Amino acid sequence: MKVLVAVKRVIDYNVKIRVKPDHSDVDLTNVKMAMNPFCEIAVEEAVRLKEQGVASEIVAVTVGPKAAQEQLRTALALGADRAIHVETEARVESLAVAKLLKAVVDEEQPDLVILGKQAIDTDNNQTGQMLAALTGMPQGTFASKVDVKEGSVDVTREIDGGLQTVALTLPAVVTTDLRLNEPRYAKLPDIMKAKKKPLESKTPEALGVSVESGLELLGVETPAERKGGVKVGSVDELVEKLKTEAKVL
Amino acid sequence: MSILILAEQHDGELAAGTAHVVAAARAIGGDIDVLVAGEGVDAVAQAAAGLDGVSRVRVADDAVYAHQLAEPLAELLVALADDYTHVLAASSTTGKNVLPRLAALRDVAQISDILEVVGADTFKRPIYAGNAIATVRSSDPLKVITVRTTAFDAVADGGSAAIEPVSAEVSNPSSRFVGEELAQSDRPELGSAKIVISGGRGMGSGDNFKLLDGIADKLGAAIGASRAAVDAGFVPNDMQVGQTGKIVAPELYIAVGISGAIQHLAGMKDSKVIVAINKDEDAPIFQVADYGLVGDLFEILPALEQKL
Ligand SMILES: Cc1cc2nc3c(=O)[nH]c(=O)nc-3n(C[C@H](O)[C@H](O)[C@H](O)COP(=O)(O)OP(=O)(O)OC[C@H]3O[C@@H](n4cnc5c(N)ncnc54)[C@H](O)[C@@H]3O)c2cc1C
Ligand SMILES: Nc1ncnc2c1ncn2[C@@H]1O[C@H](COP(=O)(O)O)[C@@H](O)[C@H]1O
Repeated sequence: MKVLVAVKRVIDYNVKIRVKPDHSDVDLTNVKMAMNPFCEIAVEEAVRLKEQGVASEIVAVTVGPKAAQEQLRTALALGADRAIHVETEARVESLAVAKLLKAVVDEEQPDLVILGKQAIDTDNNQTGQMLAALTGMPQGTFASKVDVKEGSVDVTREIDGGLQTVALTLPAVVTTDLRLNEPRYAKLPDIMKAKKKPLESKTPEALGVSVESGLELLGVETPAERKGGVKVGSVDELVEKLKTEAKVL
Repeated sequence: MSILILAEQHDGELAAGTAHVVAAARAIGGDIDVLVAGEGVDAVAQAAAGLDGVSRVRVADDAVYAHQLAEPLAELLVALADDYTHVLAASSTTGKNVLPRLAALRDVAQISDILEVVGADTFKRPIYAGNAIATVRSSDPLKVITVRTTAFDAVADGGSAAIEPVSAEVSNPSSRFVGEELAQSDRPELGSAKIVISGGRGMGSGDNFKLLDGIADKLGAAIGASRAAVDAGFVPNDMQVGQTGKIVAPELYIAVGISGAIQHLAGMKDSKVIVAINKDEDAPIFQVADYGLVGDLFEILPALEQKL
């Protein structure tokens, strides 16, 4: 079984972001970048499927600037067999990413596509669902368990009320939630080996996809900062203040 | 303008989120229809018809929609979308699952988690865990939008919209419901509770979460958790508050043994009053807390329960 994994280069989750002075966007100059944490979980799941003998080949794909090849190399170090870089310097919205991924799916014909549930920069939570729609595949979003069977996959999903399990016919799209697995770290020898694994570059034009979007970013602002309040000395004082000052009890 | 809202359901009842989505729709303006899709949804449809500002409730009652699976719901929405300029849903796990699929099938963008309606085509939404707010404008013929329910005050009851069935042939050959494990609780829903008390890794174990029960009982509060507490298996996933969990904005949020990582703050920093209980006086949670109490939660919680 062939597994396609989509990974996105995003700001490292520990970094506190800054808005550009002209409010046109978030400032990403000299900011530490990394693989989106949910994509790390997606890669890990694919690698585990290969270790179990369920998957035979793992292809990692990203859409983004030249520098996004770093995240593909990380995926290769973690266990992907080869990588596809759809190179563009443009801001690519989720729908266009989904269209590009569909073009890759058409070429690669994977049995399972694994994406993160959410990119922690845009917080969109859309791309996997959109890819499923465009390819006509069923979707198992927010997965905390993936169980591949003959011709189908059972996906346990984290939903608002608890957990839901669905059975999807393959090929299918799965998006990862936090509890699916705990990603491993790449080992130094694997990082060295990854440099020799195949990485193919493509362009949106070559894939026949326009990255234009109906969405325009008009501006970005910093939200009102919440000011810290006071420290109270005791439970009595806390309850007193909540009753008489904050009036929430 | 004409707006279709996908109703949110919970245990055969209309979920609280829908009244907030109607409020967002009223801010956009125009006729508002609510779609209730499911199996045996009379009560949900009745409740939706009572929401202020709703002109019509459209009901798709069929087993194919029974578990709110994305594939049939998106297909149904695609069939209905021609009549509308906007399709809205709560930014719940159902809304997030279904609406991007509709958007892609209609070749339009989806706008996630809006906080504010600037105009019929322009919206504010949080990015980077709410550390920045983006203003986006859509030129697409159909706007597909999920709504952060805590950012809009619920509309009142008092309407009496017409209820009409919709007929659409929808089949679902590719996905099948297998089962579910839903949390059973008599407490209010996290997303709509007036008071929320959450525990973090500092709680130490699932058993220790009982220390929150007595307080929650006295306050009528919902109980939440940090990711660390969920990952450690102390409590189930549906209790996670944060960037990638539930968003809450109660009158009072009490964070116990939670350090205050940005991903957690993203889910609760719009609460009216925040209380933090933590033994580390430098914990970042104190930077957003209105009232901070430094100390050991195992001493503080029993004392707090007694005082309430
Ligand atoms: C992609 C991604 C998504 C994430 N999404 C979320 C999310 O949605 N929600 C979320 O919460 N996190 C999320 N996180 C995780 C987040 O970064 C933090 O790791 C997490 O919030 C930490 O949880 P915590 O505060 O309970 O644990 P810790 O950071 O370990 O803090 C425990 C706190 O308990 C205090 N403590 C310990 N013992 C006691 C005691 N006896 N009495 C009083 N205080 C005590 C300690 O001083 C400490 O401050 C996400 C992370 C990533 C990478
Ligand atoms: N530019 C991209 N390149 C590759 N995968 C992406 C890209 N953008 C989003 N994805 C995938 O879609 C998931 C969800 O992203 P989003 O819908 O943008 O929140 C991510 O975790 C990735 O797996």
